[in-house]
Amino acid sequence: MTEMKETPRTPLRPIASVLSAREKGENPDVIERENLRKRHEGDRDRTRRCAEGRLLVLALFFFCAFAVIGTRMGTLAASEATEPRAAATGTAIIASRANIVDRNGRILATNLSTHSLYAQTRDMVEPNRAAEELALIFPDLDPETLKKDFTGDRKFLWVKKKLSPEQMQAVHDIGEPGLLFGPREMRLYPNGKLAAHVLGGASFGREGVHSAEVVGVAGVEKAFDAWLRDPVNNGAPLQLSLDLTVQAAAREVLQGGMHLLNAKGASSVMMDVETGEILSLVSLPDFDPNDRPRPLATGDAGDSPLFNRAVQGVYELGSVFKIFTAAQAIDLGLVNAHTMIEAHAPMRWGKFKIKEFKGKSYGTITVEDVIVKSSNVGTAKMALAIGAERQREFLGSMGFLEPTELEMVEAPTGKPLLPAKWSEISTITISYGHGLSSSPVHLAAGYASLLNGGTRVRPTLLRQDSPQTGERIVSEGASKAARTMLRQVVKRGTASFGEVPGYAVGGKTGTADKPKPKGGYYKDKVIATFASVFPAHDPKYVLIVTFDEPVETSGTQPRRTAGWTAVPVAAEMIRRTAPLLGLRPGPEPGEEPQVVKASHQQ
Amino acid sequence: MKTFLYLCAALGVMGLAFWAYQENYQTQAALKQSAKVKREIGELRQSLAILNAEWAYLNRPERLAELAEINFDRLGLLPLEPEQFGAVEQVAFPPPPVLPITDPIEVRGQLDGEGQFP
Repeated sequence: MTEMKETPRTPLRPIASVLSAREKGENPDVIERENLRKRHEGDRDRTRRCAEGRLLVLALFFFCAFAVIGTRMGTLAASEATEPRAAATGTAIIASRANIVDRNGRILATNLSTHSLYAQTRDMVEPNRAAEELALIFPDLDPETLKKDFTGDRKFLWVKKKLSPEQMQAVHDIGEPGLLFGPREMRLYPNGKLAAHVLGGASFGREGVHSAEVVGVAGVEKAFDAWLRDPVNNGAPLQLSLDLTVQAAAREVLQGGMHLLNAKGASSVMMDVETGEILSLVSLPDFDPNDRPRPLATGDAGDSPLFNRAVQGVYELGSVFKIFTAAQAIDLGLVNAHTMIEAHAPMRWGKFKIKEFKGKSYGTITVEDVIVKSSNVGTAKMALAIGAERQREFLGSMGFLEPTELEMVEAPTGKPLLPAKWSEISTITISYGHGLSSSPVHLAAGYASLLNGGTRVRPTLLRQDSPQTGERIVSEGASKAARTMLRQVVKRGTASFGEVPGYAVGGKTGTADKPKPKGGYYKDKVIATFASVFPAHDPKYVLIVTFDEPVETSGTQPRRTAGWTAVPVAAEMIRRTAPLLGLRPGPEPGEEPQVVKASHQQ
Repeated sequence: MKTFLYLCAALGVMGLAFWAYQENYQTQAALKQSAKVKREIGELRQSLAILNAEWAYLNRPERLAELAEINFDRLGLLPLEPEQFGAVEQVAFPPPPVLPITDPIEVRGQLDGEGQFP
């Protein structure tokens, strides 16, 4: 518009030009066309300039946009990646391995930050002096090997995986720039040997200078390795069913018993009959998980302290199995507790001869007395009445035919040894606990399932809030009858040392000759077991105590039976642990409560 | 009028810029503060873990048993035994309080010669 104002529109037919053209006799339209053409040219130029300007602006805009994107990409590629800070809200993720705690929240395994020591040999000033000084701080390092390493071709080497703060300061004081520290998370088991077999142990997996991953190598640590390392849990600890105090008391009693009885090994399992929670699991000899020993290179793995006798050790547990036979016979309605059974020993079966302990013969006795006196012949008769198929099914329903489902990596190795062919003679021997090897945890689960009213209980190492509602194994009546019989064993039978006032202990002893590796049985080596339940009238806990090769030498003759070895230790264990579990001693039903004289008199 | 509008717009832009920068600085300060607090929480959490570990280590049953044994003369601590459970009936209650005297009656008497009540 402004341009038009400045340069007024030239008329298409200017009057002067038209007049002069007319004088010359030319066509004035030519002038008009000429002027129109000029005007069109002017218009065209203007629009072109305008379009060019627009294109330029657009090009500039695109250039700027691409330049911004380019620089942004360049900086992103060149810089270190960082989390957007404003987005990182909420609680921070805890990256360290989760703690393991007992049922009351006391720490069983935790982490400690320490440092590891490594050497960058290129940066070392005085490698020889450093090697000598290091050998003074760490007596287990050899100065000559260190010198060779420091001056050789290696550029980098780990010197020590874990340092204490004092050692770290001492290494600092050497003043060698080539010795460097890397932060480390160390797994700490503050209770030392307590529950060592359950926890297992941990070691370093992949290692870097700035950190190293801690991986479980055995036990619960390995079974729950992925869970413990999962940051999603946000530091929540793994709560086990173990009770630290009970475990400590059980271990103390068991260790004392093992030393008194000169036993090679011992184990104990205490289990809640309703929930299947294992409250204490001890296997001796044990080890310190902070410094886990290496597996034995030679010899029997069963002699290593790493071997968990309660879970991995499968033994012929002997007469403790008799109660299963009796309970099944009662459950099937074949007998009741007072049925008379003809139990004259020895009993012949094919080419086999079934004898009693020390060649005794009990004559005709009741089912209850078969259990109380631990008669092999009486049990064998009941087993024959039950039959192989039903016996196998019954033991299978309690979990005796497969490894336990305990939450440890070692659990599948505790696979019961079954007879290749479940013949009639197998039925007879299994009825009194020979010919079928199982672990003490199997036995604990079996006793708990049988005695808690007759429903299946699976052993677990994790804390449970409610009782298990397993499938029924025997009727309530049969379960009650079994409990009464077990109580009678303690009251007037082979386990008379098992009486603990106020706790109505019921249980069954088992003394099994140890099988030789090449077949046959040792004469003077036994596995002594006491499987107990307390209180018998209202079962709460099952306790299995097993000794490997115990000898009781207080008498004139060495005594090896469970009644003299495992039973007193189990009784002491119950006396120590039952109060810790909050179990009040009380009178049995049917027993007159004793009059307690009050000390206060007026 | 036009100048006034231009001035207003310029002032508005300046004001908004001032506000935006202030907000930006405040946000950055808050972020810095939160990062610092978070770092502090992390450090405290770590020292808490160490203290917990030490607590667990010092309270390991083995050590407590040893301490109880060493200090047996002073403390006389023994393992918990079933006999230590008591029933409420076993607790000796204090004797019933003497009933308050609300309506006293004055009684006077005299001892006769031998010092005996009549």
